[in-house]
Amino acid sequence: MRWGELIRRFVLIPPTLFGVAVIVFVLLRVVPGDPIAMMIPPGASEADIGRLRALYGLDQPILQQFATWLGQVASGDFGRSISVRQNVLELLLARLPATIELALLATMIAVLFGVFAALIGILLRGRRAEWIVDGGIGMLLAIPDFLWALILLLLFGVLIPLLPISGRIDPEIDLSLRSNFYLIESVLTGRFDIAFALLHHMILPALALALPFAALVARLLKASLAEAEDQDYAQIARARGYSRPDILLHEVFPNALIPTVALGGVQVTLLLGGTVLVERIFSYEGIGNMAIDAVINRDFPLIQGLVLTFAVLFIALNLVVDLVVTMLDPRLRHG
Amino acid sequence: MTATLTVDGLKVAIGAANVLRGASLEVQPGEVRGLVGESGAGKSMLGRAVLGLLPSNATITSGRIAFEGRDLLAMAEAERRGLLGRRIALIPQDPMTSLNPVKRIGAQIGNLLRHHLDLSKRAALARAAELLTEVAIREPERVLALYPHEISGGMRQRVLIAMAFACDPALVIADEPTTALDVTVQRQVLQLVERLRLRYGSAVLFVTHDLGVVAKICRSMTVLHAGRVLEEGETANVLTRPRHAYTRALLAATPRADRPAEALRPVPPALIEQLWSEAYRLDDVAVVGAA
Repeated sequence: MRWGELIRRFVLIPPTLFGVAVIVFVLLRVVPGDPIAMMIPPGASEADIGRLRALYGLDQPILQQFATWLGQVASGDFGRSISVRQNVLELLLARLPATIELALLATMIAVLFGVFAALIGILLRGRRAEWIVDGGIGMLLAIPDFLWALILLLLFGVLIPLLPISGRIDPEIDLSLRSNFYLIESVLTGRFDIAFALLHHMILPALALALPFAALVARLLKASLAEAEDQDYAQIARARGYSRPDILLHEVFPNALIPTVALGGVQVTLLLGGTVLVERIFSYEGIGNMAIDAVINRDFPLIQGLVLTFAVLFIALNLVVDLVVTMLDPRLRHG
Repeated sequence: MTATLTVDGLKVAIGAANVLRGASLEVQPGEVRGLVGESGAGKSMLGRAVLGLLPSNATITSGRIAFEGRDLLAMAEAERRGLLGRRIALIPQDPMTSLNPVKRIGAQIGNLLRHHLDLSKRAALARAAELLTEVAIREPERVLALYPHEISGGMRQRVLIAMAFACDPALVIADEPTTALDVTVQRQVLQLVERLRLRYGSAVLFVTHDLGVVAKICRSMTVLHAGRVLEEGETANVLTRPRHAYTRALLAATPRADRPAEALRPVPPALIEQLWSEAYRLDDVAVVGAA
């Protein structure tokens, strides 16, 4: 990606976010159900309901509500959550690091497993045992992350109670960390006892998210490796006296990585989407878990903030993927 | 004197189809031998068999391939890998797909040198620059830092020729190296191969369907048809006094300025099967080939 392209991508970010904002804002107000109905006690008077509506600005026309909200967002104010009664931005900033850490850990596990499985698979290429790898990948891929969450919870939380099944960390542990990136900060500051306790809690939800994604990585990479190995340059390497593992690692892998990152990198968005249910199942305090509560309570400001946050994450992810692909493929660098 | 390459009664099958049916040829040290035949005659298969590049569904059912008297098919994998790329080299057919697209030219030549010769990274790069100079590439240092997509097809083929001769090979198998290039570049490539093989004293097995190329650079030639050798000898003799009707048909099919080319009718595979399965007589093929 050249500079022009990069600038173009950055210029496109605000309109994209604006579009997302319009859609979520209008949808929330068109679809039946509103936060006032969730708040009022049974038998509240029409006048009380009207006053509550006016308090949250919901009595205004949608266009005016949107303009007001957009003005606030532009100045960094996402409003107050209706259900939790806290500043939305503060809520997001407190919970987002937990989700980012979980997603990063899951991605790392998935890449590790996926690359390993793909390499085993390609080494067994053409042999009968290749089917075992392909079959395993297919099975992992067929089971969605939330189902893995339930399976893992049942296996390692209930039947063989090895791991904690809820929360981000034991409440009795004194964290006294400066940021909300608990895992990253504790590792960086050398507080490995805390890091270990965190990982203890994160490993099951991370695995649930990682397993289907690992299968996806494995399948993409294995197919890309097979395709690259059939290319002339890889075949010719054999006639130059290189061994097959040598060729796979040094000639084929750098080429196979390009389509794998391009296609698989974007799929990390699926993993992020998966955090919503998986965090809920493990009562993990991230924004995914919070999103479910926000939707149940029709917490308009919070939902809007969450959707925008996810949108920013997706855009950033796509940008990172494109940058990495450009780094990997010299043909894209020079245009 | 031991022949550089001896192929003896080589039979290769892909599934039920026999692509080589007992082909034999010899390449003497320093000799340039053309290996000609129409598409499907098995000429590329023969070259690939020597290099260990047969497709995975192909099997060598019988025969012997010896390099400087050593049986390539019987020798240990590691020993064979020590010969390939060093003593036996390949100039591939398509320069556009034969270089690794994500690696710099310098890294590709350098790796090959370091793989076979005990060279430091710096020495390998210096030698790579020398090799590029030998194939008439100007500013070799600059080219070493480029990726394949940044240089022309003719230049890529020259890089591949440089790589073939990089480790002083005794035998170079050129697998239709000029087919993918335009005519002016073809001539340059042929001149380069000629210059380098003289410099390194390598024998060349030149696989091609272009009799013009054979006439230009090969002292001797072998005509392959339907997986067997039909005719072989000094190029001048074969071309001026072809003993075999098929060779005559092949010659007549070569486009020339002074007369229109005659169509060379390819032999239908089913008919080949039938011909070879019964008692094999050259005349049968001759009729088919010349028809």
